[in-house]
Amino acid sequence: MPLVTYISHDGTTTEIEVPVGNSVMQGAVDNMLDGIIAECGGSCSCATCHCYIDEAWLGKVPPASEMEKDMLQCVLEPQDNSRLSCQINVTDELDGLVIRLPESQF
Amino acid sequence: MHNQRCIIVGASHAAGELCISLRKEGWTGSITVIGDENYLPYNRPPLSKTFLAGEKSIDDLLIRHAEAYTKADIEMKLGCRVEKIDRRRKEILLNTGETLGYDKLVLTTGARPRTMDMPGAEPENVFYLRSIEDADHIRPFIQDGRRAVIIGGGYIGLETAAMLVSTGMHVTLLERDPRILNRVAAPEISQFFSRIHTEEGVELFTGVEISELKADEKAEKVKAVVCSDGRRFDADLLIIGIGVITNSELAQEAGLEINNGIVVNAFAETSDPDILAAGDCSYHFNKHYQRWLRLESIQNAVEQAKVAARTICGKPQEYDQIPWFWSDQYDLKLQIAGLSEGYDNLIIRGDLSAGRKMAVFYFKANNLIAVDAVNSPQEFMFGKRALAQFSKLDINKLADVAVPMKELILQD
Repeated sequence: MPLVTYISHDGTTTEIEVPVGNSVMQGAVDNMLDGIIAECGGSCSCATCHCYIDEAWLGKVPPASEMEKDMLQCVLEPQDNSRLSCQINVTDELDGLVIRLPESQF
Repeated sequence: MHNQRCIIVGASHAAGELCISLRKEGWTGSITVIGDENYLPYNRPPLSKTFLAGEKSIDDLLIRHAEAYTKADIEMKLGCRVEKIDRRRKEILLNTGETLGYDKLVLTTGARPRTMDMPGAEPENVFYLRSIEDADHIRPFIQDGRRAVIIGGGYIGLETAAMLVSTGMHVTLLERDPRILNRVAAPEISQFFSRIHTEEGVELFTGVEISELKADEKAEKVKAVVCSDGRRFDADLLIIGIGVITNSELAQEAGLEINNGIVVNAFAETSDPDILAAGDCSYHFNKHYQRWLRLESIQNAVEQAKVAARTICGKPQEYDQIPWFWSDQYDLKLQIAGLSEGYDNLIIRGDLSAGRKMAVFYFKANNLIAVDAVNSPQEFMFGKRALAQFSKLDINKLADVAVPMKELILQD
């Protein structure tokens, strides 16, 4: 099962095995990880699962839809590597993915 | 705390959030979730869309997978019902005959669809849509070229219409009120969505009073919907979405205060402090809008559940949220922040009569009270933030889509 590393704002690192086909958000929610809220359950409606993709993985994660890009412009402290973790499905190619979580989702 | 028992009644979205939040807040006692459906807490919004279409599985709907609850030492008692609450003995009675004692009880019983009188016992082609089971029963009736009639022009009716018409069914939607979304949105939003649905091929009829559901000879199916003006709509499939009723009977029989749902205070406590309630079944005071509300929304389920968990763990924090909602229809995402009821002015940003993108900002005494945004996430997100922070918007430029949203929030 692909391993995803979540680094919270305070530097706490959590490695989670996420089943292929599940979203990066789901991996966090299933493991009671703080820092991802995911209020809308993964329908790209709330932008409370914002994360930053580690630079090394930027080229491997499929690009964001227009809707997601628009949502990302409104999150707190957006960066070029910002994504909504509910929109990233875990694949074998993403084994080892590293993401960072923002200080706040609101 | 570790000898204490918390029982959650109703394996709803609120329950799924509550049980995990209890652990996060430090509850070390037992947690038991009792649900009458056979499923772990799941996301209901996809029921009328991707799940009905067969694009998502039950596994995809689950808020959390089974291991998450096991790891958190949460017991899920599914497929059984609570028959009675005995507040004096602090016990609940299940339909299995089992009795369970509690120290804290939380009612996350949700709501059920309002029903219509049917000809015959249970016509096999008539459905409501609230559960996995409902969607599973509807799916075999989705057939290209067949006729679906939907009664009710609220979110459920419209989302289902969008999904069904995209499969090639003939879809007719009947609404009793003079416009669709009458209860929840301004006429401008109704007009926009009426246009979209009509363009997509849904036949919309508003101001329609239904006088009869005509059964076939064997009274096994409804074959037509007849209106009081004599119009008749043939149906192979009939879906009814005319609102919900809260599941508050258990609470009522236990003598808890009921008023349009289970009455709770700012800490999600009912009139009995050892019994709390959260989600669709609760009637609560909204601090921001200074009025009592019953909300049918995911956000309310999630956030009120968190409040309940904090109360139970002795870290009370007042419930204070700007309500928000969303609805997906076709390629349109409607996002709503705030409550528009009582507005005295509105500003439209975008074009109502063409295209698939626009937003409506609602004001009362020059203060923003709500935003309805279609395919306009920036309008929604900035609007939501402006509401939370009581920010003023530049009303004179708001209608100009060339001015970015972030420049329209005035700093004071």
